[in-house]
Amino acid sequence: MNHLDQSRAPIYEALDKFRQMRVVPFDVPGHKRGRGNPELVALLGEKCVGMDVNSMKPLDNLCHPVSVIREAEELTAQAFGAAHAFLMVGGTTSAVQAMVLSVAKRGEKIILPRNVHRSVMGAMVLCGAVPVYVNPECDSRLGIPLGMKVSEVKKAILANPDAKAILVNNPTYYGICSDLREIVKLAHEHGMLCLADEAHGTHLYFGENLPVSAMAAGADMAAVSMHKSGGSLTQSSILLTGPAMHEGYVRQIINLTQTTSASYLLLSSLDISRRNLALRGKEAFAGVVELAEYARKEINAIGGYYAYSKELINGDSIYDFDVTKLAVNTLDIGLAGIEVYDLLRDEYDIQIEFGDLGNLLAYLSIGDRRRDVERLVGALSEVRRRFGKKDKADLMKQEYIDPEVAVSPQDAFYAEKESLPLRETEGRICSEFVMCYPPGIPILAPGERITGDILDYIEYAKLKGCSMTGPEDAQIERLNVLKGV
Amino acid sequence: MEYWFSEEQTPNVKLSIRVDRQLYSGKSEFQRIDVFDSPEFGRFLTLDGYMMLTEKDEFIYHEMITHVPMAVHPCVKKVLVIGAGDGGVVRELTRYPEIEHIDLVEIDQLVVEVCKKYLPQTACRFDDPRVFIHYEDGLKFVRTCEDEYDLIIVDSTDPFGPGEGLFTREFYGNCYKALKEDGIMVNQHESPFYDEDATACQRAHKRIVESFPISRVYQAHIPTYPSGHWLFGFASKKYHPLKDLQEAKWNLRGLPCKYYTTTLHKGAFYLPAYVEELLKNVE
Repeated sequence: MNHLDQSRAPIYEALDKFRQMRVVPFDVPGHKRGRGNPELVALLGEKCVGMDVNSMKPLDNLCHPVSVIREAEELTAQAFGAAHAFLMVGGTTSAVQAMVLSVAKRGEKIILPRNVHRSVMGAMVLCGAVPVYVNPECDSRLGIPLGMKVSEVKKAILANPDAKAILVNNPTYYGICSDLREIVKLAHEHGMLCLADEAHGTHLYFGENLPVSAMAAGADMAAVSMHKSGGSLTQSSILLTGPAMHEGYVRQIINLTQTTSASYLLLSSLDISRRNLALRGKEAFAGVVELAEYARKEINAIGGYYAYSKELINGDSIYDFDVTKLAVNTLDIGLAGIEVYDLLRDEYDIQIEFGDLGNLLAYLSIGDRRRDVERLVGALSEVRRRFGKKDKADLMKQEYIDPEVAVSPQDAFYAEKESLPLRETEGRICSEFVMCYPPGIPILAPGERITGDILDYIEYAKLKGCSMTGPEDAQIERLNVLKGV
Repeated sequence: MEYWFSEEQTPNVKLSIRVDRQLYSGKSEFQRIDVFDSPEFGRFLTLDGYMMLTEKDEFIYHEMITHVPMAVHPCVKKVLVIGAGDGGVVRELTRYPEIEHIDLVEIDQLVVEVCKKYLPQTACRFDDPRVFIHYEDGLKFVRTCEDEYDLIIVDSTDPFGPGEGLFTREFYGNCYKALKEDGIMVNQHESPFYDEDATACQRAHKRIVESFPISRVYQAHIPTYPSGHWLFGFASKKYHPLKDLQEAKWNLRGLPCKYYTTTLHKGAFYLPAYVEELLKNVE
C-alpha cells in the first residue's frame, strides 16, 4: 500500500479518458450527455452533464468495485490511514447508518452520547439495535453539549457488558472532542468496537496540531463528511474501516440501501478532493487554522462576543478542541445566537452555519478568503453597535435526565400509537423525538419512558422560549405514545 | 498593426481604446495591474482588465468625489480615504490647507508603487507630510475607528473582486461609527445605466440609506466608465449637500478646477427620472 501515488485520481482520469473516446451512449442516463435536456445543460454546463454517466466497464461500479473505484478507495484508505475506505454517495447519513448496521443486529446494544446525530437513531430504527446513552456534559455558561467523560463511558460499559459498540462524535458540531484514544482502548478491552461520527472531522486527518482522528486513535469505523471540511460535492462522503472490520460484510451492508446508479459527479469529486487533501491538505488546513485564530482574535477584540478555543479544555468532557471551528457565544451582547444569525443574514448578506440560543457557528474551510472574514468581523461589530443590549441574554438551566429506554427505537417506530395531552403521558412510552435547542440534546427519543421529571422539564423549556422540535404537534401540547403499553 | 485595449462593459458592449504601447503588466496578491499609453486618452490604468483612470478624464472623477463634500463641510481637518491608490483623491485633498491629516487605506501596495512610477499626474502628492498610507483591508481599518474623521472618501473599485467589502452594510455602518457627529462620507456609486451596474448601484444606495440619516446621490459624466454616466453617494450625519453648500466661501478659495464649479455642484444632485425612481425604490 505504501507505494500508491496520491497524485493519481483514478475515477477522474477514467472519466476524462472516457470523454475522449466519444462513446455513443445507448445506456442510461437518458439525457445522453445533456442532448435530451438542453435547459439542464444551460444550468450545469456541458462538462458537468457530460460526466453524468452510468457505471460501465471502463468506469467500474460502486456496488462491486474492481478497477478505478477500487483504486480510488485504496488511495483514500492510504490517505486517511485506514484499512479500507468506502466511497459513499448518500451523504454521511448513509455512512453513519452503514456503521451502525455493520456492528449491531436486532436487540443488540450500542453505547452512544445523548447528542448523536439523527442519522444514528434512524439506523437503529432500521436494524433494531438498542441505545445505551451516556450523558454528554453541558457547559452551563455557553449552553453547548460537550464530550463524553471516560468515567461515564466506563460506567456504561460495566453496566452493559453485552453492548456491541461505542459511538463517539469526533468532534461535535462545536469542535469538542472526547478522549477518543482512551475510549477506543476501553472498548477493545471489553470486546466492543468503537465507531466515530466524523461528520465534522475530515480535516483532522490532514491538518497539524489538530485533535486525533478516529483511524489514528485506533477506532474501528469512521463516517467522514468529505463534503464539509474536505471540499467535495454535497452528498458525497467516506466510510473508513480499521483492520478489525470485514470489508466484504461492510460492503454488503452498504449495498442494502445504497443506489446502484452512483453519481460519477459525486465519486469524481471525492477522488479529486482526496488527492487535493493528500497533496496539499497540510498547508490548506494550516491556512484555515490561521484564519480561524485571526477571526477569533478580532471577534474577541470587539467586546461582548466570546469566540472560544482551547482554553475550554478540561482533560475530560472537553478533552480537545478543534480550532478550525469558529463558534461564538453571543449572550454578553444581550442577543441570542439565533438572533445574531438572523441579523447577519437579513442585514448583512452573511450566511452562518447555525445559531442556537447562546452561540453561532461560522463554518470555515479551505475555500475561505481573508476579506470574507473581514466582512464577518465587521458585521458582528455592527450588530453589537446597532442591536446589542445592555442586559445579558439569559440561558435556561440545563438538566440531564437519564433516559429510560423501554423498547427499542424500531419497536417504538412501528408500534401502534395514540396522541395524548402532555400531562396524561406520564408513565407511557414515547414514540417520537422531543429536542430542545440549546443544547440540541434530545429530551425524549422513540421508545423512552415519559416521566414526571421529563414533563416538568418540557414545560420549563417551553416557558423559557426554547426552540423545541420533533413532535408531530409543534406546540408540544400533545405527545404520541405507544398504544396499550 | 492594430493594438487595442477592450473592456467588456457588459457581455454585449465593449469600449475599445487604441493603444500605443503597454508600459506595465503585473499581478499582485489581489489583482492584475496594467498601464498603457494611448493616443486618445493618454496613459491609463486598468485593474483586472477594468478601466480605473485615464490621464484625459480622471479630473472629472477626482474633482467630483473631493470638492463636493469639501464645499459642504465647514471645516475638514481629518480625512480617511479608502482605495484611491492612484493618488488622484489625495492630490485634490492636499489643495486644502486646513486639512491636517489624511489616512489613505489601500489594500494593494503594488497599485501605489505602479502609479508612482507610471502615473505621476495623479500619484504626485503621496509625499505630502499630512498623508499617511496604510496598506490594509479598508473594512478592517475602519472597524476600529470611532468618532475620528470629518470626511471619509470611498474610492473603491467595483463591487466584485477586492473592492466588494466596500459595498457592504457592515462597511457603511463602520464608516458611520468612524465619522464625527457632523461627518460626511462620499463614495463611488457605480452607474445607473446597464442592468448589472444599476443593481449594484441600487444595493449600495439601500445600504447607505439604512446607515445614514442623510443620503443623496449625484452624478458626473465620465467618458471611459461604462455608459459614461456615473454616480457618487453623499451620506452625512448632519450636513445637507445643497442646503449646507458654502458656495461663496468655497469660491473665495480660488481653487482652479476643470470640471467642478459650485453651480455644477447644485446641478449634479438633480438626477434623471429613471435614476430617481431606481433610488426611490430602495429608500
